[in-house]
Amino acid sequence: MDKQIILKNVDFIYQPDLPSEKQALTNVSLEIENGEFMAIVGKTGSGKSTLVQMINGLLKPTLGEVTVGDIKINNQTNNHNLSELRQKVGMIFQFPEKQLFEDTVLKDVAFGPLNFGDDEPTANTKAIKALSIVGVSKKLYDRSPFELSGGQMRRVAIAGTIACEPQILILDEPTVGLDPNGKNEILKIIHQLNEKGVTIIMVTHDMDVVAQNANRVVVMNKGRVSSDSTPRELFANPELIANNSLALPDSVQIYYDLVHDGIQLSQIPLTANEVVEQITQKRSGVK
Amino acid sequence: MTVITLTLVYLSHSRIKMLLRGVKPILWLIIFTVLIQILFGHGGTVYFHLWFISITSLGIINAMMIFVRLLLIIIIATILTITTSPSMIALGVETILVPLKWIKVPTETIGMMVSIALQFIPTLIDELDDIMNAQRARGVDFGKGKLIKRAQSLVSLIIPLFISSFRHAEHLADAMEARGYSDEVKRSHYQLVAWTKLDWIALLFMILLTAVVVLVRS
Ligand SMILES: Nc1ncnc2c1ncn2[C@@H]1O[C@H](COP(=O)(O)OP(=O)(O)OP(=O)(O)O)[C@@H](O)[C@H]1O
Ligand SMILES: [Mg+2]
Repeated sequence: MDKQIILKNVDFIYQPDLPSEKQALTNVSLEIENGEFMAIVGKTGSGKSTLVQMINGLLKPTLGEVTVGDIKINNQTNNHNLSELRQKVGMIFQFPEKQLFEDTVLKDVAFGPLNFGDDEPTANTKAIKALSIVGVSKKLYDRSPFELSGGQMRRVAIAGTIACEPQILILDEPTVGLDPNGKNEILKIIHQLNEKGVTIIMVTHDMDVVAQNANRVVVMNKGRVSSDSTPRELFANPELIANNSLALPDSVQIYYDLVHDGIQLSQIPLTANEVVEQITQKRSGVK
Repeated sequence: MTVITLTLVYLSHSRIKMLLRGVKPILWLIIFTVLIQILFGHGGTVYFHLWFISITSLGIINAMMIFVRLLLIIIIATILTITTSPSMIALGVETILVPLKWIKVPTETIGMMVSIALQFIPTLIDELDDIMNAQRARGVDFGKGKLIKRAQSLVSLIIPLFISSFRHAEHLADAMEARGYSDEVKRSHYQLVAWTKLDWIALLFMILLTAVVVLVRS
């Protein structure tokens, strides 16, 4: 598989040369392949948001280089002319509904494609496609985005990024402040996009989300990559979990509780289904 | 005036670097104003003349005056915000307005408004940053393109900023009411400032200074 994103020895310093200078990333190197679903976890302030903003050029590395496809970004890169990169790498921030501003839902979703040079009919087609992916009904297209419920607003905002048809989608804590239902629906959308080949990079504090969705998880600690593995490998390392104040997903918690009671399952389960499967297996083995 | 400001700078123990940082954002405005003055000022000896542009001695003097004046305003304002906390500024505004109380102006409410406005500036700057990033990610390139395009990209900033300001204001109002705030009740202050001899001297000094400036100018 081809390497889609390469970070090479990346350092980032906020406000260099001022008393408030702050080194947010130190010597970060990562390679991300086409179609991955990568989670980024770590304590607050560990540099997760800074790291993902390197990938679409919102921040430029102080040292080192970021490569996305055939676009290279280092500290010499001009701030303009990043349009191609921004189109390739979609970014959804915490509380994305803050970005809404047009007078109708459809216009707001078409805003991105128009910026990236589509004509109006094409932009509208893409907007309608994106809105149907996130499950916003046709009735709402001509409504003002500000009349919608919180969950609907977030979906419209997410559609605004999906409509740009990015090959890579970055999400920085996309489900904060949603009820469990809303959260699951957003995750389902992300999962579907991933199945269609979109690379997903997601910052999250929710270990259940990591266990159930990601094929790879990177742990950040004080601006450095402290671990880079599959979720199963990460959760098999209690020391690493504790050192980074991470929680355990429910399924893994059950695994360790069972170990504590003297019951050893064959492998760490990542979903509720796997827990059930393995316990059934264990019981039939005993009988 | 310059002397007084420099004394203030000295007394406030502030660092020159901090003061200069206050000047930085409006540096262009200053340069622009000064240039306009130099290029379009009239009177005095003419040094250079081209079509509608003329550089004259009075023009240059005016430009210098404006430059110094703007610099002083900014430095004084910066000193105020460095040395005095928002709540103290609000208390000050409230105290100055006390005479207006006799004609039923709600001075305490105005003081509260000033302090809230001052405290929200950093929050709103953060918010603006977030919104700018979100729109950049949707392909907006601020400060590039034709005028119409630029105006459009500003709209995509200002509307969300307004909305989030209203949201903040609503939350704050709810929170304050939940804690029993009402403008009809007489409130006491957390910080008390005693009116000392030094304040009389400062007040007297300011009145004298104002008088002198008015006399000199008229
Ligand atoms: N605009 C900024 N100016 C200065 N320092 C900053 C800025 N943004 C972040 N930092 C600092 O950089 C470090 C990394 O911040 P970052 O936002 O990347 O952390 P994070 O892992 O995303 O945290 P969280 O989980 O709270 O979102 C922190 O110590 C933070 O204080
Ligand atoms: Mg963050």
